Amino acid sequence: MRPTSKSDLFWSFSWLALQGFGGVQAVAQRELVEKKQWLTREEFVEEWAVAQIMPGPNVVNLSLMLGDRYYGFSGALLAMAGMLFFPLIIVLVMAILYSGASGLPHIQGALRGMGAVTAGLIAATGLKLLPALQRNPLGVGLCGLIVVLTFVAIAVLRIPLVWVLLGLGGLSCAYASHTLRLMQTQSAPQEPRP
Amino acid sequence: MSIVLTPLDWLTMFGHFLSLSLMAVGGAIATAPDMHRYLVEQQHWLTESQFSASMALAQAAPGPNLLFIPLMGWNVGLNAGGGLAAGWPAVALALWGVLITMVGIMIPSCTLTFVATQWAHRNREMLAVKAFKSGMAPIVIALLVATGWLLTGNHENPARDWPLWALTAATTLIVWKTKTHMLVLLGFGALLGALGWI
Repeated sequence: MRPTSKSDLFWSFSWLALQGFGGVQAVAQRELVEKKQWLTREEFVEEWAVAQIMPGPNVVNLSLMLGDRYYGFSGALLAMAGMLFFPLIIVLVMAILYSGASGLPHIQGALRGMGAVTAGLIAATGLKLLPALQRNPLGVGLCGLIVVLTFVAIAVLRIPLVWVLLGLGGLSCAYASHTLRLMQTQSAPQEPRP
Repeated sequence: MSIVLTPLDWLTMFGHFLSLSLMAVGGAIATAPDMHRYLVEQQHWLTESQFSASMALAQAAPGPNLLFIPLMGWNVGLNAGGGLAAGWPAVALALWGVLITMVGIMIPSCTLTFVATQWAHRNREMLAVKAFKSGMAPIVIALLVATGWLLTGNHENPARDWPLWALTAATTLIVWKTKTHMLVLLGFGALLGALGWI
């Protein structure tokens, strides 16, 4: 499935962004994979990997990539505009209101509660994508090991992301390349010997 | 807080955001420490409390969390215009600050992403591209889970903060296993917080 028109693209990304309190990652997966079905779970993980590794906010990268895929350059701009326009207006209005209400304990409490829910939303998104690894050429066991190592490196050891991506990511990609090459040579038809 | 910004100052700020853009690997939040160093400590264009309020508001607002960046531009512009009390001229400067910071932080990274991903999509059957996508898949999945973990880990006092952790854990389970609408969960969290139960 794909967006029916450019305005569908713009409004879909606007709606997606407006649901994303505290970040859009969790909503992006739900909207694009589960509701709109523009991407399969596997495709989402692949696109997400690219969006993550490129500099810049990863959800903006994702909108740029998908918009370009469907409608070229103007699609990329439209999807990105959808992602940013309304949230920008809302956050500016909130900033103006906040300058009058920053001391209210209810507001602080509500922010704290929403923060805790946001953390759960993002963690659950990762868990829901796990089945996408089933058909990964690295194999389920190795994928599981890499998931655990990455989690420990980032969440427990607090190693800077760039080192994790270069180190673990580099090794993982190198091994994937090796496996894929083996699979290609095995499946390639044998050349008849003269 | 009231400051004076010359056209050259605006240009330097624009340049600084341009240079930060390509360093935002893994999300815009990665550039926050350097923005603090530059805007608050070095240039004194932003107060400490304006900085932390910008971060908190962007987290609470819907949309990508890079929105803390235009909020900082907004506040720098307001400071340069003499604060909200100064009326429309200050708001105009604040909007100018939004434009400078947003365009600065977006142009380099978006151009690179656009060119690189077009190349990757054209060459999607190439071994290196396939290997990259397969190799990175487990890592990006783990990064999502780790981000959730780090966001809850912000609360440092277990005796007081356990209800927040419980709420996060419950949300994780509900979202993972059911199709409950996310806005319902967020509203529930906001309500619990506003009532002072967590």
